[in-house]
Formats: sequence, structure tokens, C-alpha cells
Amino acid sequence: MSNPNSGNVGVVIVSHSSKIAEGAADMVRQMVGNAVPLAWTGGDTDGGLGTNVAGILEAIEAAWSPAGVAILVDLGGAETNSEMAVEMLAEDRRARVVVCNAPVVEGAVIAATESSGGSSLAAVKRSAEEFYA
Amino acid sequence: MHDVNASRSANAFVPLTASAVLVNAVGLHARPSVKLTQCAKGFTAKIEFALAPDGPWTDAKSPVKVMRVKAPQGATLHFRVAGPDGKAALAAVLALVHDGFGEA
Repeated sequence: MSNPNSGNVGVVIVSHSSKIAEGAADMVRQMVGNAVPLAWTGGDTDGGLGTNVAGILEAIEAAWSPAGVAILVDLGGAETNSEMAVEMLAEDRRARVVVCNAPVVEGAVIAATESSGGSSLAAVKRSAEEFYA
Repeated sequence: MHDVNASRSANAFVPLTASAVLVNAVGLHARPSVKLTQCAKGFTAKIEFALAPDGPWTDAKSPVKVMRVKAPQGATLHFRVAGPDGKAALAAVLALVHDGFGEA
């Protein structure tokens, strides 16, 4: 799921549905390749629709990169739980994780494309958010 | 500071131009757009393209902007490249288009 030998910005996909999260990750892998650390999480702890903070923290860990991690979320709870997960990170990591204001599938592909070219976390976020610009 | 230097050095180079026809069946859709931006990002040169020889120009390193062009099969992509590695960059993007982005 992740690629530890990469200094590129990591991408985390958070959806209420594990199928959407996994499918979006498949699209990233097929379209962008393996040069970007990538992880996904979806569903609540009972396997239903929802998101959970522990799963998001695991995904951030799996996609961790010294260049930082960009999180793509779908609706409501995915965003608030992602923000909560970021709050729970060690202080030195917190500043290197951002939640992008972008559509989850398109944003993940664009963020990964930007990251695969070695762009900074700020550039990855900006590019993903161009969808709403 | 880095960006200022980059644009200054790019300005010092005369832009190279060339064009290529999109041969792959689906045109510049999502996957080829990603390939084009990834290829372009491998060079320091400023790389732009347009559907007409006089623009409007699109930054080939921006995946969102490249996809928005929605260039169809048969469209001619006009490239304008400026930078220290401009010659290699132009050859690389032209090869990618000629090759149909590795698609049928």
C-alpha cells in the first residue's frame, strides 16, 4: 500500500466507504504509478459506512514521508476525523500533514501526479485544490 | 528566491516550438494528461502547449490545467519550451505524443 523508499509527498485517501477509498487508490496506482507513498482508509470500526480516527492515523503512518502527507477526504466526518487525527500526531509531524479541500477521487490523482514530480506539500495541496478554483 | 532565479534563467532562453498530432484514440484524457505532466516535471524548462500556434498557452506541468484542455484525437498540440534543458524537454514531450502516450 505504501512505498517507504520515496521522498515524495504521501497521499492518504479517506472515504466513508472502504470501496471508494480502495478504488480511488487503485486509480492513483494505475494512473500515476508507484513513486508516491499511498494509503487509504474507509468505513467505521464495525465495517459500516463511516470513518474512524484510528484508521486515519494508521493510513497517515503508512503513507508517511519526510516531505509530508496530503489527505483527501469525502464528506463531513471524513474531514473532521482527519483533522482530529492530525491533531493527535506528534508535534513535529503535525505541521507536515494537510487536509485538502478537493474532491476525493480527482484530488487524489492530481495530488499524486504533483507529488510524483517531486513537488512540495504546499504545491501538492494547491494543485489538488485547483479543482475548486 | 528559487522561483525568481528559475524564471530569470528561463527568460534568458529563446523558446523552442514544435507541434505533434494526438494519435491515441481518446485524446488528452486523464491518463495521458498525467503522463504529460509527469514527463514535463522532469525538466526545469518552462513547458507550455496550445491547440493553436498562437495560444492560449497551458502549463504542461499542471495536471488540472492539462486535463481542462480536453484535447481530442486528431488535435495538434503546439509546444513552446524555454529553459536550459529545453531541447531535451521538447524531444521528450513530442516523443510521448507521437507514441500515443503508450496507448493504442
